[in-house]
Amino acid sequence: MISLTINGLPVTVDKGTTILEAAKFLGFPIPTLCHMDGLEPYGACRLCVVEIGEGNSARLVTSCTYRAEEGLKVRTASNRVLRARRMIIELLLGTCPQSKVIQDLASAHGVKRQRFKQEHEDCILCGLCVRMCKEQMAAKAIGFQGRGENRRIGTPFDIKSEVCRLCGGCIYVCPACQLRCTYNDPDKAVCGGCANLTPPCVEKEKFDDMMCYMSPCVACEIRKE
Amino acid sequence: MSSAEIASILERHNRGYGGLIAILEEIQAQYGYLPQNVLQDVAEQTGRSLVDVYGVATFYRAFSLKPRGRHLISCCLGTACHVRGGPGIAEEISRQLGIQPGSNTDDMEFTFETVNCLGACALGPVVVVDGRYFPKVKPSAVKDIIEQAREGIGRIQIESDARVFPVEVSCARCNHSLMDQRHVIDGYPPIRVTVAFNNTHGRLLLSSLYGSYSVDSEFDIPPNTVVNMFCPHCHAELIGAANCGECGAPMVPMIVRGGGMVQICSRKGCKGHILDLGGSALS
Repeated sequence: MISLTINGLPVTVDKGTTILEAAKFLGFPIPTLCHMDGLEPYGACRLCVVEIGEGNSARLVTSCTYRAEEGLKVRTASNRVLRARRMIIELLLGTCPQSKVIQDLASAHGVKRQRFKQEHEDCILCGLCVRMCKEQMAAKAIGFQGRGENRRIGTPFDIKSEVCRLCGGCIYVCPACQLRCTYNDPDKAVCGGCANLTPPCVEKEKFDDMMCYMSPCVACEIRKE
Repeated sequence: MSSAEIASILERHNRGYGGLIAILEEIQAQYGYLPQNVLQDVAEQTGRSLVDVYGVATFYRAFSLKPRGRHLISCCLGTACHVRGGPGIAEEISRQLGIQPGSNTDDMEFTFETVNCLGACALGPVVVVDGRYFPKVKPSAVKDIIEQAREGIGRIQIESDARVFPVEVSCARCNHSLMDQRHVIDGYPPIRVTVAFNNTHGRLLLSSLYGSYSVDSEFDIPPNTVVNMFCPHCHAELIGAANCGECGAPMVPMIVRGGGMVQICSRKGCKGHILDLGGSALS
């Protein structure tokens, strides 16, 4: 058993437990994107960063991959962590501004501006689909290829894979290519319309081009009556 | 490349996990690039998934999935080479060959690519042709480099190349000198052995210059033939325990005068050799 403190609260966990799991046990929220129960932790999105250590030796680590250590002091919501998280969300938004998952994260964490050039990629390279295919579907049909800015996900030689069973697991877990947000102001990209509990159709003139993801839409149902 | 050839390469690498890069390197050395069906064979025979093999093959710039030309010209565009005029060199090579970086000439004579760093920043701008480094290249020197590449960079200039030096060897069994004072190859007395292959045997003279591959044979030895070599004095076969790291053929050991041992590959055309002057290979 290993004892550590998270935000000042002592907790004892089994050896091999990650900080993320320990924080979840205590009820501290840590946002995640590339983490999914049942898949190996990968640490790609960096969204789950927490601060460990004290003073000058304090550093940010991804809580989904960092195993609990004896006497570790973890802060899940220090100023430094929140700043880093907001920056990560902003960068993710720059890559995939149309992902509803990332848009919602931006709203939840108060990211209100978008200073980076929007790339409109289809992929943030979180590796969820690759791990899903390998670990849960045991197919190994898709994988990473290339390196650096050419890194992408696909089947070998970009031809139809013989081992793919078309299960759709990769699409199911993807945070980027499912649920496209057609936000109202393309230049700003962060509207928060999806997550701020104002159904877009109520203020039609303001969110003219937005899609509504609520089905059935609460506001529409109320109006009918 | 047949499945059997791939199988023999895999055999040498124990089929073990972790040897994938070495396997791919060897295939690329023999084939020039990594063809699709070969990668599929490697995945099948090593029990890895094709996704993993393809991921490794596309990750490293050293691997090519497209056929390459006979000569590979790499121009460095790393930071140091870049500020010393690398882009100008790349442009000049591009212009003279008439191709863009990353492509082959139509006659498949040249492949031209730009690389990010060759680790020889003090020599920048660096151009590497078939493994030979050209330091501090100026645009005016590009024409000469391409001309040298066309003629074959493998040909060693004996007078000027410091890597070439003569060795004197003797038989590992009877310790009789193998040097033949009556002949001359590359300006030095050659090594004389008796060679046997395909029911033929005769005299073979090997250049005694370390790094030179000049030979004079009584009979024409077909390429890729693995030959047996014998001492012309005691008639014992010159054979050791080691196999060639390049092609897997048995190595032929000889004692170097002054201590140490040199081993050469017994396959015609293979340039595999080991020089051990420390003498540890003798024990």
